[in-house]
Amino acid sequence: MADIAAARQALYARILAGTGHSDPAQRRAAFEGTSQSQPARELLEKIRLHAHRVTDADVQQARAAGLTEDQLFELAVCAAVGQAGRQFDAALAALAAASGKE
Amino acid sequence: MRLSILNHGHGLATKALFSVIRMASGHPVLDIIKLVKYRADFYGKPMGAVTQEAMRGPSAWSVADRELMAAVVAKSNTCAFCTEAHSSVARQALGDSARVAAVLEDLETAPIDAPLRATLRMLKKLSTEHSVHAADMRALLASGVSHAQIKDALAVSFAFNTVARLAEAFRFEMPTSGAMDAGAKFLLARGYG
Repeated sequence: MADIAAARQALYARILAGTGHSDPAQRRAAFEGTSQSQPARELLEKIRLHAHRVTDADVQQARAAGLTEDQLFELAVCAAVGQAGRQFDAALAALAAASGKE
Repeated sequence: MRLSILNHGHGLATKALFSVIRMASGHPVLDIIKLVKYRADFYGKPMGAVTQEAMRGPSAWSVADRELMAAVVAKSNTCAFCTEAHSSVARQALGDSARVAAVLEDLETAPIDAPLRATLRMLKKLSTEHSVHAADMRALLASGVSHAQIKDALAVSFAFNTVARLAEAFRFEMPTSGAMDAGAKFLLARGYG
């Protein structure tokens, strides 16, 4: 069986706790989907829920609010990984409930 | 792409690599390559390790099966770039374009085995509704898919539910079919790591 557990944890550790252009607390909020007060809130919300609806204007708005491109890059990665991770964890929990094993 | 750093912000060594890719392939560098090579220590390298294990690690699913899963997850995210990319890899791995097209056109009538169909159905639901329930998993297990196979399929979904979001957020350009097929050939031969 393929086992992504270690690689996934390494990815999480890098994007959330490693060095970057954005504050780790901002990255954590983007990852967890709790960035209500962030300047890129609308952009990050779209990335989480329906990324195909992101527009140039969303990105411009985040830039205009003072975020650099490197900060946007990092926060977008955190939002995408965080949401995909929650979907993955929810599905694993459903599998454990159905099968009685982890 | 919406961020200019992803087009022009790479270091000199990476820019040199892009020149080599352009010369060797005869095509522009795909936007996915530009993404994973930008500050690769932040995203490209750690995500590559996840994707390599999911797509090429040990599994009862074939490489072609997992590429089909990637294409279905991408389509469920309305990501045209990723759908075409992994359709192309699946076509090359299977040697059967019609089957890949049928899966993406109508999963319920496509000529594939019941366990793969049931798995793709679950991945589609997970990707569009953001969750699945124990009942979905019980149905999947009852269709003959093993616990390990389900976990392997979920690993594929994690990778492509991430990548498809970024492709759309950053607005990857759709390349020519020749460029996409060349990229797919590389992925099939060399993997994601």
